[in-house]
Amino acid sequence: MKLELRGITKRFGSLIANNHIDLVVNPGEIHALLGENGAGKSTLMNVLYGLYQAEEGEILLDGVVHNFAGPGDAMAAGIGMVHQHFMLIPVFTVAENVALGHESTKWGGTLNLEAARETVRTISQRFGFEVDPDAIVGELPVGVQQRVEIIKALSQNAKVLVFDEPTAVLTPQETDELMAVMRQLRDEGTAIVFITHKLREVRAVADRITVIRLGAVVGVASPTDSNEQLASMMVGRAVLLTVHKDEATPGEAALVCTGLTVLDATGHRVVDNVSYAVHAGEVLAIAGVQGNGQTELTEAIMGLQKHVLGSIMLDNRELTGRSVRHVLTSGVGFVPEDRTEDGLVAEFTVAENLMLDRADQAPFVRRGTLQLGYLRAFAEEKLREYDIRAQGIGTHVGRLSGGNQQKVVLAREMSKDLRLLVVAQPTRGLDVGSIEFVHRRIVETRDAGIPVIVVSTELDEVSALADRIAVMYKGGIVGIVPGDTPREVLGLMMAGEKPAGVSAA
Amino acid sequence: MIALWIVLAVVLYAAHSFLLSRLYEKADLPVSSAWIPLYNLWTFFRLAGLSGWWAVVAVIPIVNIVAYVAAIVAAYVIGVRLDRNPYWTVLFGVCPLAWLIMAGLGRSEWRAEVPENGEARDLRIRLAVREVVSGNAMISVLAVVLAIVVGGALIAATDESVQQAAGYFFSRPLDTVQAIWDSVAGAYTALFQGSVYNFRRDSFADGIKPLTDTLMFATPLIVAGLGVGLTFRVGMFNIGGRGQMLIAAAAAGWVSFTFDLPMYIHLPLAVLAGVVGGAVWAGIVGVLKARTGAHEVIVTIMLNYVAFYLIQWMLRTPGLLQAPGSNNPKTPPMSDTAIFPAMFGAKYSLHWGFVLTIAATALVWWLLSRSSLGFQFRAVGENPSAARVAGINVKMMYVYAMLISGGLVGLAGVSQVLGTVKTGFSDGIDAGIGFDAITVALLGRSKPWGIFGAGILFGAFKAGGFSMQAAEGIPIDIVLVVQSMIVLFIAAPPLIRAIFRLPNPARTLALAQSLSAAQAATVAQTKQEVA
Repeated sequence: MKLELRGITKRFGSLIANNHIDLVVNPGEIHALLGENGAGKSTLMNVLYGLYQAEEGEILLDGVVHNFAGPGDAMAAGIGMVHQHFMLIPVFTVAENVALGHESTKWGGTLNLEAARETVRTISQRFGFEVDPDAIVGELPVGVQQRVEIIKALSQNAKVLVFDEPTAVLTPQETDELMAVMRQLRDEGTAIVFITHKLREVRAVADRITVIRLGAVVGVASPTDSNEQLASMMVGRAVLLTVHKDEATPGEAALVCTGLTVLDATGHRVVDNVSYAVHAGEVLAIAGVQGNGQTELTEAIMGLQKHVLGSIMLDNRELTGRSVRHVLTSGVGFVPEDRTEDGLVAEFTVAENLMLDRADQAPFVRRGTLQLGYLRAFAEEKLREYDIRAQGIGTHVGRLSGGNQQKVVLAREMSKDLRLLVVAQPTRGLDVGSIEFVHRRIVETRDAGIPVIVVSTELDEVSALADRIAVMYKGGIVGIVPGDTPREVLGLMMAGEKPAGVSAA
Repeated sequence: MIALWIVLAVVLYAAHSFLLSRLYEKADLPVSSAWIPLYNLWTFFRLAGLSGWWAVVAVIPIVNIVAYVAAIVAAYVIGVRLDRNPYWTVLFGVCPLAWLIMAGLGRSEWRAEVPENGEARDLRIRLAVREVVSGNAMISVLAVVLAIVVGGALIAATDESVQQAAGYFFSRPLDTVQAIWDSVAGAYTALFQGSVYNFRRDSFADGIKPLTDTLMFATPLIVAGLGVGLTFRVGMFNIGGRGQMLIAAAAAGWVSFTFDLPMYIHLPLAVLAGVVGGAVWAGIVGVLKARTGAHEVIVTIMLNYVAFYLIQWMLRTPGLLQAPGSNNPKTPPMSDTAIFPAMFGAKYSLHWGFVLTIAATALVWWLLSRSSLGFQFRAVGENPSAARVAGINVKMMYVYAMLISGGLVGLAGVSQVLGTVKTGFSDGIDAGIGFDAITVALLGRSKPWGIFGAGILFGAFKAGGFSMQAAEGIPIDIVLVVQSMIVLFIAAPPLIRAIFRLPNPARTLALAQSLSAAQAATVAQTKQEVA
């Protein structure tokens, strides 16, 4: 089926999220929609999926104009979507999830689950998926969960399939497999829209590329264009894709973890007997697919985990079993991976957020009273220094864009007397411009002789920042390798394989 | 006499000019421009980016009402530039001189205009308007208005003369309209006369008595509301006001009627006993929540029953709370050395507990917006996980918040036994204030001075409700209905917005974010041009 969007315009108040966007996706084609976060990709797809109504423009399928009042209409017309955040019910089985929303029933309204199981089996066979229809979705790895989403879309006879940032949660290997599936679907005649901001993937799989910036199409690119060309189209100016970084001059080991084990509430070992050291003036990156214990590892350092065994020594002082307050006052800066949940109070102002983790200390507090004058001066200074774009220090942080929110967190954590900096997913959801800024700050911190831990699931980021890379898999460290280790080797390690020549940590 | 007026005018002009000069100094404008008549006004409007001709409009009689509105807009814009809360603009509307003191002598500095394009400016102005009309304060005010309208409809519907007139509506419709007007206007006039000022009395001293009654009724409502509102700010819900008040009343009452001490020791001791009693009773809940994760709503409700039966038993047990030589479940009267003295003599019911309430409001305001503890309270209330990551001891905050909340609610119990009912009390001493306090806190948006205002409004309902019943024969329940409607409307902001066609705050947020994006784009553009 041929999908055509003509002059789609979507406004939110006076903000134009989509400005006369034209897009044609032919059957048997993978069409990449490339743009930064906030460029309007998701808005466009929500218009296509019937979640938003466009003010102007029309959606054509095989030359026929359609008006979608909701996702049901879009699905019925043959549009399927694989969402970035899976729309699956974790406690249901695969077959139940696939049937959900259009359950076929037998006499008297009983569920015909057998039909759903059959659908799952036939589609799985077609694409060589190994998916058990009776497996509970919540117990499956994310890569498989995504396949369930694909099966669900295909079970509705989708002829146009939209993949919304599908690789964010996958290992490099899983990404390759997904791309193979996308190619197979294309060869069978499905029209595919592939939304992403990752240049490498676009060049690997797309047949045509449409670049969107600030709500409008800025051009059509070819997969043979270079990364720099694509990036400058996306951002609208020349960008540095790799941060400039001198050779590290590591000093003594500052943070030493030995036999670190973290148990979750059920007694399961989420971090399993991990030992490593971070030296002053180096960046140790912790790579790995989301959910392999990286989060718990950083939280253990911060004192946020309850059941921690082993030892964590910072500058020869034990941190295990200490309170978060104690860890923070020992000079640890922490940028949590989920900034809106753990890093910021959305209803607080920029200034208030800048003093959040020093809420009972001088110079912000004296004799139990907030020093508002000092706070104001401090916040104004940080606003300038970190180039935080806000109306003023009194603006609520929830009103800032993701990049500016992250700058607030960085400004707070880096303006302390640091002995260690722990940064988790520093650029998740940020635009290219902010990524540049954040990376530069992290390298500057390293150059100031401070040990830095960067946790990231993005291999590009890991390679850009790391002096050494520790790869985690199922709670353990597979190995610690130099910063210039090739992607392929890291990819294998992220899947738990230890390549020859890599010594255990 | 005329000379006096002239002197006064000159002094006022000098005061305004002086304050304006301080403001202009902040904005790097010539100080002298503040002293030149008319030109100083011109500068004021120009400072806010408005046309200077408003100054000319402002000196023309009658037309200057329009200029007054423009001046308020200007004050808003200037306030924002000074990084002041938009609510300061209200002060300008009421008393410009007071606003000028804030703007001119306050420590806030002038923030130069961010370079912005036309689109960003347009967005910012729209945002400013939206923030005022979709704000919580507006919702509270409109909820009260709407509840009074609905109350009026109910009064009309239940009024016998209205019902009679409606029987022949189609022959003489004006009779019905007249009857509705009479009943509703009569009821609300009675409410006003019973709660603020009674024009039927001869002297001012008699006429003003209803207002003092209102304040007397408001006293326990405000302090209890402060206690409940404080827990709201920490993300908790204290429904245990009844239990905390009963325990506090018992403690304060017992100290009062048992000991014989000089007043300057006896009264503070009784008050302290009550506050501690309430704090301990609520503190139990905080400790349980922190230690075991028990939900405070369930625990506070259960402790209400425990407190109620405990007090009942103590009231029936000689030697504890029961008055000696009596079989009634009632305490002896309070000792004269441990009661709140009347503020304006025996003629009025208002007592010094009200002053304590004002102090408590100021204290809670300071605690929440100026103290380290309050900062941590609010952080925990808005986002407990971020607070935990920031090293704040979330569990201890729950305990502290419940202790302080219980102490404040306890003060309400104290005010009941030492101020309102001084002749000894029984198990109904809380008079439902523990629950009304929830409404007061909701209406006041959990802000200390908001609660103060809401408490006075509810005090007025209480005081006026009686006279409404006496004068017009309207059941006092109608007041309860109005109060309940207020809660209902406040709990449903979308309903209020739909009725009054106010913009949605979610849209306001989207607008703010697009403004942030527009500003970022402008700056990026400028940078590019420079490069």
